Amino acid sequence: MKVPAAFRSAKGIVGALVVLTVLAVAILAPLLIPADWATRMDMRARLAPPSWAHPLGTDQLGRDLLFRVLLGAQTSIFIAVAAVMMSIVIGLPLGLISGYVGRTTDNVLMRLVDTLLSFPALLLALTISAVLGPNLQNTIIAIGIAFTPFLARIIRGEALRVAQMPYVEAARTAGNSDWRLITLHVLPNIMPAVIVQATISLAFAILAEAGLSFLGLGTQPPDASWGLMIQASRDYLDRAPWTALVPGAAVAMTVLGLNMFGDALRDALDPRARGEA
Amino acid sequence: MATDQTPLVSIDKLRVEFRGEDGPIVGVEDVSFTIAPGETVCVVGESGSGKSVTSLSLMRLVEFGGGKITGGRLSFSLNGKQIDLAQTGSETMQAIRGDEIGMIFQEPMTSLNPVFTVERQMTDGLRVHRGMSRSQARERALELLRQVRIPEPERRLGQYPHELSGGMRQRVMIAMAMACEPRLLIADEPTTALDVTIQAEILALIDRLKRDTGMAVLFITHDMAVVAQMADRVVVMYRGRLVEEGPVERIFAAPQEAYTRKLLAAVPRLGEMRGKPAPEPMRLVGEEPARAAPPPADAVPDPLLQVSNLTTRYPVKGGLFRRTVANVHAVEDVSFEIGRGQTLALVGESGCGKSSCGRSILRLSEPTSGEILLDRTDIRALSARDLRRRAWRDMQMVFQDPFASLNPYMRLRDQVAEPIRNYRIETGGGVEDRVADLFDRVELPRAFMSRFPHELSGGQRQRVAIARALAVNPKLIIADEAVSALDVSVQAQVLNLMMELQAELGVSYLFISHDMAVVERVAHRVGVMYLGRLVEIGTRQQVFENPQHSYTKSLLSAVPVADPTQRTIREDLKFRPIPSPVFPLDHTPAPSVYDAIAPGHRVLRGDAGLGAD
Repeated sequence: MKVPAAFRSAKGIVGALVVLTVLAVAILAPLLIPADWATRMDMRARLAPPSWAHPLGTDQLGRDLLFRVLLGAQTSIFIAVAAVMMSIVIGLPLGLISGYVGRTTDNVLMRLVDTLLSFPALLLALTISAVLGPNLQNTIIAIGIAFTPFLARIIRGEALRVAQMPYVEAARTAGNSDWRLITLHVLPNIMPAVIVQATISLAFAILAEAGLSFLGLGTQPPDASWGLMIQASRDYLDRAPWTALVPGAAVAMTVLGLNMFGDALRDALDPRARGEA
Repeated sequence: MATDQTPLVSIDKLRVEFRGEDGPIVGVEDVSFTIAPGETVCVVGESGSGKSVTSLSLMRLVEFGGGKITGGRLSFSLNGKQIDLAQTGSETMQAIRGDEIGMIFQEPMTSLNPVFTVERQMTDGLRVHRGMSRSQARERALELLRQVRIPEPERRLGQYPHELSGGMRQRVMIAMAMACEPRLLIADEPTTALDVTIQAEILALIDRLKRDTGMAVLFITHDMAVVAQMADRVVVMYRGRLVEEGPVERIFAAPQEAYTRKLLAAVPRLGEMRGKPAPEPMRLVGEEPARAAPPPADAVPDPLLQVSNLTTRYPVKGGLFRRTVANVHAVEDVSFEIGRGQTLALVGESGCGKSSCGRSILRLSEPTSGEILLDRTDIRALSARDLRRRAWRDMQMVFQDPFASLNPYMRLRDQVAEPIRNYRIETGGGVEDRVADLFDRVELPRAFMSRFPHELSGGQRQRVAIARALAVNPKLIIADEAVSALDVSVQAQVLNLMMELQAELGVSYLFISHDMAVVERVAHRVGVMYLGRLVEIGTRQQVFENPQHSYTKSLLSAVPVADPTQRTIREDLKFRPIPSPVFPLDHTPAPSVYDAIAPGHRVLRGDAGLGAD
C-alpha cells in the first residue's frame, strides 16, 4: 500500500513514530518485563535520582521509575483508547442523528447531553466508577460515558452544518436514502472534527484515569499507571522532581504524538490535502 | 482626464510574490500604469488576474495577506514630492492610508465593525488623523453622511451596522473613506455584493464625489458593464500581467489584444436581443459560432410545469420555548407555467423570493399552500418517499456555488453515478458508460471522472453539477444562480452548454438569476419577482421591450450597459430599500391580481408594496 503524502511530512512521520512506539511499549513491555519489576521496592534507594542502577530514578518506595513507566503504559493507553472508542461509538451516532434529523429529536437528545454536560466530566466519571465499583472495565465505562457528551455536541454541530450544504441537498435530489446521505455524504465531511476531538480526548482520558486512580477508583496500587505515578509524585516535587517528570513526559510525549498523528490522519483522509494529480 | 500634468500615482514594473509551499508564487508581474489626478482608472480582470493584489500593494496591505513587493516602484506624489510607496516605512504608510488614499471594499457587511456605532467608526479616524474634538468630529461625520446622501443622517450616527441596509452600509464606507479628503480612492469591487438598483446608486455616488472633489479613483472590478459606465481609462489584467491599457472608448471600440476581445465578447449586453424571438448563444471569440440554440417559444397548450398560487412561508422562532412568533413571506401567491423545452427566467433582487420559489417547486423547502403540477403529477400530494422516487426523477437542481454543491470527499464519477444507480437508469457496467457519456456531453475529459472536486476549476465543477442533474434525463432543471459565481468567459461557455443541451434534449429550465443581461440571452419567458410576488411575467420580448410594472422598469433602467458611449448611470434619489417580508402570524396578504396586457403578458395590479412612484 502506498503511504499517503500526509504521513510523509515531518509532522506525520514523527506522529506515526511516537504513536507506534507508545503502542509497542504498551503491548510488548508486559511480555518482556516481569510484572514484579515495577513493584519491587528498594528501601535503600527511595527517591533516588537517575543513576546507572535506576536510569530514571526511583519513587518514594524505591520502585524503579523506568520499569513503572514502561509497564504503566499498558494500563494508561488501554484505558484511554478504550474509553475514547466507547465515547465515539455512543457519541457519533447520537450527534449525527441529532444534527441531521433536527427538530424534536435534536431537542430531546441535546437536552439529555446538556444534562450530562452540566456535571464536570471528572465528577461524572467518579460517580459512575463509584457506583459500578473500582476495576479496569468500570474505569473505562466511567471515562467513556463522561466524555460522550462533549463528542456528541461537537459532532451534532458539524452534522448540522454539513447537512445544510448544497452537496447534501444535491445528493438528496439524486435519490439517496437518508441512510446513504448520512453515511456517504455527511459522515466523511465531519470526520476531521471527530479525529481532532478524539485525539484531544485521548490526552484528557489519560489524565482522567489519573484522577480516578488518585481517589482510589481507577488503577489500584501497587499496579502502575502514568496517572497514578503523577498523582503519587505530588508530595515529593521539591525533593525528587523526576518522580513527576518521568510519567509527565510520557503523557506529554504521547499526547503530542497523538495530535500530530491525528492531524496527519485527517489530512490523509481529505482528498484536498492528499496532493495527488 | 487631464493627462498632461504629473500623475498622482505611477506604478512601474510592479512585482508581488506570495509564499507558497514550493517557493514563491508570482501574484503580479511587470505591471505599469499611471493614475492622473481626477481620473478614474478601472482595473478589470477575471479571478486570479491580480487586480486586487495591485490595489492592495498600493496601500501596502498586500503584506498582511502574505504577499511581498519584490520589484518595481510605486511613485506617489506627496506634498509636491514623489515618494516610492514600495519603500515607505510603516509609520508614513499609516499616515498615508486613510489620509491620502482612501479605500472601500467589496463586502459592506464585514468591512464595518459590528460592535461600534456608525458615529464611533466615522469619528475615530477624524480624531486620530485630524486631531478633532468629539463634537467637531461629529459635525464632520454628519457633513460626510450628507455628502453621500444618506437619509436621516443624525439617526444613522447612533445606529449599528446591522441596522443599515447593504447599500446604506456601503455609503457609510464611502463616507469614511472620504473623511480625510483623500486624493486617491481605491474601490475594490465596491458593488459586487449589491443588488443592481443599489449598484447604480453607489456607482453614481462615486462618480459624483470624484467630480466634486477632484480626487482620482482606482476602481477594481470584474464587470465590463461597470467599467463602461465608470472609467476614463481601463487597465486589463490577466494572470498577474497587464494585457492592455487605454482610454475606455478605445478599449471598447477597438480592443488590440485577443484577451480583451474575448472578455468583451463574452459580456452580454442588455438590449442587444431586441426583436429576436428565440434565445441565442453567447458570443465566444475563437470558437465555432454555430452552436445550437433552443427554438423560439410557441404557445404551449400542454405546459410541463404548472404552478398555481404557490405560497411559502418560513416561521420566525422566538421567545423562551422557540415558538413561531412571525412568518417570513418568502413566496406569496405566485403562479406561472413552463412549456416543454423552454426556459422561464425568474429575476429579481436578493430577498425577492426567487430562490425560495425554485426550492419550493422541488419541495426542498416545503410550500405553505398552492399547487405544483409537473406533467400533471401533483407534486405537493406526493409522500416523502414518492417525492424522492418520482418527482426528483423528473426535476433536478443546479446550485449557485460550484464549490459547495459537490461533496469534497467523493470522486466525481461516483457523484454523477449516484442518481443513475438510485433511479436504476442503468445497472452494472452500464452505469460507467452513462457517466462517461455525460462527461462527454458537458465537454469534460473522461480523465476527470476519477478526480475529486477540488482538482477542478469553478466552471468545470459547474459542468459536473450539470452532468449530475442530467443523469436522470430530467424534464426540468432548476438552475439557481447557476452561473453567477463564474468568471464572465466561463459563464458564457456554461450558458452555451445549457442552451445546447436544451436544443438537443428538450429539457426545460427554470433559470433563477439576478443578471438581466444574461436572462435576456437565455430565456423564452421572464418572470420578475419583488417581495415574494411575481409582479410581471411574459415572453422575453414583452418584458424587456414593453415593461409595464414600475418595478420592472426601475430594475431594467438600473442595469449598467457595457458601452461607454451610453452612460446611463445617474444619481436618482429614489432611495427605496426592499421592505421587510416578515409579517405577524395573523397577517393575511391580499391575493395577487393580474392585468393581462397581451396574450401571456400579465402584470400585478398595484405596486406590491413598492411605495408611491
